[in-house]
Amino acid sequence: MSIMNLIGAMPGTFAQGLIWGIMAIGVYITFRILDIADLTVDGTLCTGGAVCIMALMSGKNVWVALLLALIAGMLAGLATGFLHTFMGIPAILAGILTQLGLYSVNLKIMGKSNQAINVDQFDLLVSLRYIKGVSFVKNTLFIVSVLIIVLIVILYWFFGTELGSSIRATGCNAKMARAQGINTSFNRVLGLMISNGLVAFSGALLCQYQGFADINMGRGAIVIGLAAVIIGEAIFGKLFRNFGLKLLAVGLGSIIYYMVLQVVIWLGIDTDLLKLLSACVVAVFLAVPTLKSRYFAKPVKRGGDK
Amino acid sequence: MLELKNIHKTFNVGTINEKHALKGLNLVLEEGDFVTVIGGNGAGKSTMLNAIAGVWPVDEGAILIDGQDVTKLSEHKRAAFLGRVFQDPMNGTAATMNIEENLALANRRGNKRTLRAGIKASERDGYREMLATLGLGLEERMTSKVGLLSGGQRQALTLLMATLKKPKLLLLDEHTAALDPKTAAKVLETTEQIVQKHHLTTLMITHNMKDAIAHGNRLIMMMDGNIILDIKGEEKKKLTVEDLLHKFEEASGEAFASDKALLG
Repeated sequence: MSIMNLIGAMPGTFAQGLIWGIMAIGVYITFRILDIADLTVDGTLCTGGAVCIMALMSGKNVWVALLLALIAGMLAGLATGFLHTFMGIPAILAGILTQLGLYSVNLKIMGKSNQAINVDQFDLLVSLRYIKGVSFVKNTLFIVSVLIIVLIVILYWFFGTELGSSIRATGCNAKMARAQGINTSFNRVLGLMISNGLVAFSGALLCQYQGFADINMGRGAIVIGLAAVIIGEAIFGKLFRNFGLKLLAVGLGSIIYYMVLQVVIWLGIDTDLLKLLSACVVAVFLAVPTLKSRYFAKPVKRGGDK
Repeated sequence: MLELKNIHKTFNVGTINEKHALKGLNLVLEEGDFVTVIGGNGAGKSTMLNAIAGVWPVDEGAILIDGQDVTKLSEHKRAAFLGRVFQDPMNGTAATMNIEENLALANRRGNKRTLRAGIKASERDGYREMLATLGLGLEERMTSKVGLLSGGQRQALTLLMATLKKPKLLLLDEHTAALDPKTAAKVLETTEQIVQKHHLTTLMITHNMKDAIAHGNRLIMMMDGNIILDIKGEEKKKLTVEDLLHKFEEASGEAFASDKALLG
């Protein structure tokens, strides 16, 4: 394949990265703010796609379909939150349980393992056909960019409110949060709902973009989300201190992830190995803090107050 | 202000680690009482504070704060009445949030968390003044992450957060034990100032008998899940470390004898 092929594929890759960026922001909320690795998202992404595509096929407006997907995702988050807080199941296990259950739910929503939607027959918001040769405002790149910025602005506002601050405190130090009268269980559930709502929203965009929803579309989503979070932090961490910019960094991290992936594919690697590669890359990056402190720690003098 | 009636708590029921940590504990605090709590490891001091704070439900008994039965209230609901400072300086503050955000969180203790701004510009001046009273220069670092502060600074900040909204009861769980002696003395001094200023009803656990004598108007000694000594008023004022040691030995000697009696 020529370099022109690669360059030609980049706008599409960019769009895909942006859509997954919304998903990655959802992962950021649980992983970084709530300090929970929420595995529900592997199922929620498909739930979002499934709900969106079925809603569209039953004649619903595309915005209604997106809203329904968002709500479905929030319900999935509610399920995990309920298992985790009320039933006392460890967060990771609660997420796995919901995810497993969602597999059946998703199949029931779609009726079969795969549902396609034709961009010519439905009025879709985004599509891989809307990358080139369409007006600027209809361009998928423009629309997803606007969506992600609007979402970041809303989240920036929300996490600055009394409620949002209390969610941040919950994730940072639950003991302190409770001592300050914060209902940490409620906040965990709420955080999981927001996160999964975003992931399902991303899934709804993704199914429109690729023209189908598939029961396996969310497999490994958590890893892609984590990769985006980690790449974003590694590259922009020193630069972006503001919370809104940190969220933006996650979105950019997702774009970079997909671009690197595209290059790797272009280089001719066996695509069967891609998930293994992703898993290895994320594993290495997640290990960095530990390895750093073990092998590269500078001896620090324990200091008290002067 | 606080009333504990016949509080029982057993941990790890039915296992080899079963521990009857509180055995029918009774305690009444008057408004404005500053009570220091001493006792050996496993005496039930922290367990008592955790029972009051509602970290877990008690097995038996009732807890009343200012006449209101809070026995069944969850930890975060009880927080409306309580200010708490923990032994570990890491526990009392949110490290990834900055100083003013931490204070703003504390300032809303007992209120519903709404979608209004987490911190209003108008609050900042008040926070700056309060931080200045600590004399640690924190008023110049209001947007610094709390994780960057030293243990003593964090503990002083936690103390401020615990008393920002005047609590009905201040619970101090060996809050100076993890600090070096000089810092510990400073934090204790700050504690005394804040308690005096707001006339706070206070329960302070300490390992240091000198501190237990020097502070407060009442001293209780705990052992084996109960209060074995309660000294107040004039007697407390005249108390010396020797007296206390003597009483401590007396009390533990008795316990030893009774253990022996049991074994014999």
